[in-house]
Amino acid sequence: MMKQPQVIGAVLALIGFAAFTGVIRAEGDNSIESIEKYREALRDGNPAELYEAQGEELWKKKAGPKNASLEACDLGLGAGVTAGAYAQMPRYFKDTDRVQDAESRLLTCMSTLQGIDTAKYVAAAWASPEKDELNALVTFISGESKGVKVTMALDHPKTKVMYELGKRMFYYQGGTHDFSCASCHAQEGMRIRLQELPYLPSQKGAGVAWTSWPAYRVSAGQMWGMQWRLADCFRQQRFPEPIYASDVTVALSTYLAATAAGATMDTPGIKR
Amino acid sequence: MGNPMKIRAASKDGVTDVKVLMSHEMETGFRKDASGATIPAWFIAEITAKLNDKVVMQSQWGPSVSKNPFLAFKIKGGQKGDKVVISWVDNKGDTRTDEATVT
Amino acid sequence: MQYGTLNRRALLIRSTATAIAAAIGSMVPTRFAFAAWNKAAFEAKTMADAYKGLGAAQAAESGDIQILASDIAENGAVVPLQAVSKIPGTTQISFLVEKNPNMLAALFDIGPDLLPDVTTRIKMGQTSNIIVLVKAGDKYFTATKEIKVTLGGCGG
Repeated sequence: MMKQPQVIGAVLALIGFAAFTGVIRAEGDNSIESIEKYREALRDGNPAELYEAQGEELWKKKAGPKNASLEACDLGLGAGVTAGAYAQMPRYFKDTDRVQDAESRLLTCMSTLQGIDTAKYVAAAWASPEKDELNALVTFISGESKGVKVTMALDHPKTKVMYELGKRMFYYQGGTHDFSCASCHAQEGMRIRLQELPYLPSQKGAGVAWTSWPAYRVSAGQMWGMQWRLADCFRQQRFPEPIYASDVTVALSTYLAATAAGATMDTPGIKR
Repeated sequence: MGNPMKIRAASKDGVTDVKVLMSHEMETGFRKDASGATIPAWFIAEITAKLNDKVVMQSQWGPSVSKNPFLAFKIKGGQKGDKVVISWVDNKGDTRTDEATVT
Repeated sequence: MQYGTLNRRALLIRSTATAIAAAIGSMVPTRFAFAAWNKAAFEAKTMADAYKGLGAAQAAESGDIQILASDIAENGAVVPLQAVSKIPGTTQISFLVEKNPNMLAALFDIGPDLLPDVTTRIKMGQTSNIIVLVKAGDKYFTATKEIKVTLGGCGG
C-alpha cells in the first residue's frame, strides 16, 4: 500500500511530466515555423542563379574541336529548345536509341556537336572544373523549366524498362549496411535531424524531391544536379559510386520523375 | 576580374530596392584542405554602390560574410531607367563591377 | 648528452621555421586596393576591441533597432540577417557575432541617400547572440538577438 508522500510525489511527477511534454510540443511548433522562415529568406537571392547564368554562358560558348556551341542541342523538344525540356526528362531519344536524363543528354551534345571527348567529364571528381561546367549547364537547363509541370512520356518500351529498373533499384538492398533508397525514402514522416525525407513512392513525395533539384546546397556552397544528388545517396547507403550518367542513375530518375508527374518544377532550388 | 554578380533593382513609392548576389568563395582563413594546410583568407572586403554616378552606399566585410554573398539595401529615390552600379574589391586586390537598370 | 644537443638543435630549427612562417603569414593577405578597410575592427578578437576599432565608446541598448532574422538557422554557413534602424541620423550599421572568432562580420555606411535598412548573410560557427551596432550622430546604440544554429557554419 503506497504511503501518502509517495502518492503526492507520484501525482506531482505526473503533472510535471504533462507540463514538460506540453512545453516540448509548443517549442517544437515554433522550431518548424522558424526553420520555414529561414528557408523562405534563403529563396530570395538563391546563389543557384549565379550558376544558371554561368550555364547559359556555357550553352552559348563555342568549344571543343568542332568549335561549336550547344545551341543546336536537342533536349527532346527540338534542336536548341530549352524552354520546358527539363520537365519532360528523362526521355527516350531516337538518335542515341536510349533513355537519357538531362546530364546524360548534355554529354551526348558535347560529344556530337562540339567533338569533346566526354570520358574526362564522366571520370572527373564532383568538385572539379569539368563537373562544375556540367552542374552549371544542368542548372541553366532546369531553370528553363521553372514553373512547368512534369510530364513524362512512358509509352516507349525502353522508357518502360528504365522505369521498372529504377523502381527495382529503389527497393534494392545492398552494400555493407543492407540499405536501399527505400530505407530512408519509403516510410511516411521520416527525417534525419531536421531534414525531412520525402516519401518517394507517392506522387506528392516524389514531386517534392524531383521538382527541387538541381539545387544550391548552402551547407557546402555547392550546386548539385540530380546526378550528384543520387551519387551522394549511394555514398550514404555505402554503395559503390555510380558512374556519372550511367543507366542505373537514369533509371532512378525515370522512376522518380514518372512518379512525380503533375508536380510543378521549381528549379533551381536551394537547400540547407 | 571576379565572377559576374546578379543585380536586381526595382523602384516603387520613391524607394529603389536593390538585391545583389555576388560570386565569391569568402574563405575565412580557418579551414584546412585535404593535406592539412590552412586555406588562406580570401573575401570581399569593400563594396560600393552607385545610383547613376553618385555613390549611395559603402560597405566593408570580413570573412564572416557567407560564401556567394547576398546584399540588399534601399536607396531613397531612383526611378525606372536609372543605373545601379555595384563594385567590390577583395583582400587579394581582385575587383568586379556590374550594373543593372532599375525596373 | 648527444641526445640533449640534438634536441636543442631540432628545437632551434623548428622555432626558426615557425618564426619565418609567422612572418610570411603576417604578410598575407597582401595589399588592399584601398586603405579604408577597418583592419583593427575586423581582426578584433574581443567585443571590446571590435567596439574600439569601430570607434564605439559606449553603446546604449535601443528598442529602435529591429533585427529581422529567423530564430533558428538550419545551417550556420548561411544566416540571413536584416537590420532596420529607426534611430534618426543613423550613419552606420554593423553586424557582430558574439561567438565568432572574429566578431565583426560587416559594416554599412548609411549615406544620405540610403534607408537604414540593410540585409546580408553571415556565417555563424555556433548558436550565438547577434549584435547590431548603430551609429547615429556621435552616439552608439545596440540591439541583440540570439540565433540558434543547428549545424555550425565555419568548419570544412
